[in-house]
Amino acid sequence: MSDESRASTLFPTVARLGEFLYESLTGAGYALSLLFRTLLQAGAMFRAHYQEALLRQMFVCGIQTIPVTLIVSVFTGAILALNGGLSLESIGQEELIGRIVTISVVREMGPFMTALILAASVGSAMAAEIGTMKVSEEIDALDVMGIEPARFLVLPRVLAMAIMTPVLTVYTNLLGVLGGAITSYAQYAVTFRRFLTDASIYLTAKDIYTGLLKAFLFGLVISIVGCSQGLQARGGAIGVGEATRRAVVVSYLLIIVLGYYVTYLFFRVEW
Amino acid sequence: MPEERVIELRGVRKSFNGQEVLRGIDLEVIARETLVIIGRSGSGKSVSIRQMVGLDTPDAGTVRVFGQDLAKLNTRDLLRLRLRIGYLFQSGALLNWMTVGENVELPLLEHRRRMKEKERRDKVTEKLALVEMQDAAEKYPAEISGGMKKRAALARAVILEPEIVFYDEPTSGLDPVIANTINDLIVETGRKLGTTQVVVTHDMESAYRIGDRIAMLYEGKIIAVGTPDEIRSSDDPIVQQFIAGETTGPITGSARKK
Repeated sequence: MSDESRASTLFPTVARLGEFLYESLTGAGYALSLLFRTLLQAGAMFRAHYQEALLRQMFVCGIQTIPVTLIVSVFTGAILALNGGLSLESIGQEELIGRIVTISVVREMGPFMTALILAASVGSAMAAEIGTMKVSEEIDALDVMGIEPARFLVLPRVLAMAIMTPVLTVYTNLLGVLGGAITSYAQYAVTFRRFLTDASIYLTAKDIYTGLLKAFLFGLVISIVGCSQGLQARGGAIGVGEATRRAVVVSYLLIIVLGYYVTYLFFRVEW
Repeated sequence: MPEERVIELRGVRKSFNGQEVLRGIDLEVIARETLVIIGRSGSGKSVSIRQMVGLDTPDAGTVRVFGQDLAKLNTRDLLRLRLRIGYLFQSGALLNWMTVGENVELPLLEHRRRMKEKERRDKVTEKLALVEMQDAAEKYPAEISGGMKKRAALARAVILEPEIVFYDEPTSGLDPVIANTINDLIVETGRKLGTTQVVVTHDMESAYRIGDRIAMLYEGKIIAVGTPDEIRSSDDPIVQQFIAGETTGPITGSARKK
């Protein structure tokens, strides 16, 4: 105790950095062990009331987020087309706009934007809900009843996100391409047919499945981070707010870093 | 009949953030008795019963339940032990997305997998009737009062026919009439189901009404244990000040010194 306080007065920055590293590592350790404990309990999904819980969670993360996803994905495609068109127009190559928009959307922006939306809406809600349960003794009550929170609360949430993030991504991809095509036509007079032909020539199956793999990983990350932050909440309303904030920040960081490495692994490393 | 000790605490210590809350608790609970732990708010009453179900682990000392040292149990054995325990939380801790009936049914769904739906429903109705809540089975926790939540939570706590039931401040925040119906329910649960009961409270009226024995917790230690009459006639000035609720005496005196 006293050593710690002495260290923090002597080297405040170093101590803070150390504290940050320590907290990040224990947080990551907690989340990984939670994921492991959750997957060990996957057998519970054969039981009827777990399937009901899964459906409810799939509805929350898959259906309720559709309106936001619609707007975000159309505009993402539109922005990519608008920007891509600016550069291509200057060299007289506007007709290449289709491949640029489609490949960026399918490979990166589709899963990425979907994940950001889900982290901000569903991941934060998971942290807030489970955090509130934690500070109001409901998690303790589950423990005392011999009902493991990893199985009862985390398992349906993680599965729902692992399934629904790729599903939503397919939808985001389609709408993103549509938004790009509309903008290309309106701004650069590239017809739909031209846009889609160019896109279909260059789009490969690999682009699609790496994008979906990313979405799957993002879904796991968002749900496990949200649940583990919630389960670690303490100290009433402030603690729940803090857990929610952390869930969003940590998910965002992991999504962007993980996104880079998946693309790197599949497109830059020779297998 | 020999006295069977179902819970045994020996030298239990626990600190939170450098502050020692339990400073060596020695306490035993005998089968089928109702033991009431009294003490001021923040004296470590809740912490001490959390120790008895393994929600917190002691820094030093041992906690034995049914003769088993909790610190030595693995997850599976702890889970098996907890199925013999019911716990009524201060807030009730009902899951708010489920109806009262579903809340009470949950332990059965989780732990009595072979049980038929009809049998399960009957059991839920039976326990809800015990707490006179059978008409509220379809209501959600947000739609019922604090006293009803506690009654529903009690039905949930006893649904698996536990051998020990813990009550954390069962009457706090309730009006005197409802508080007494809860007191009567605790006595009745003990009698009808033959359970051992540990109740934490600072409500002296409730303690006298339900306790076979009363233990007083003060500054992290048990300073007196005895029947309600023994406690009432105790010559310990701290106990006397607490049960009489006086504002002057050794409790407030020592608090001021600090």
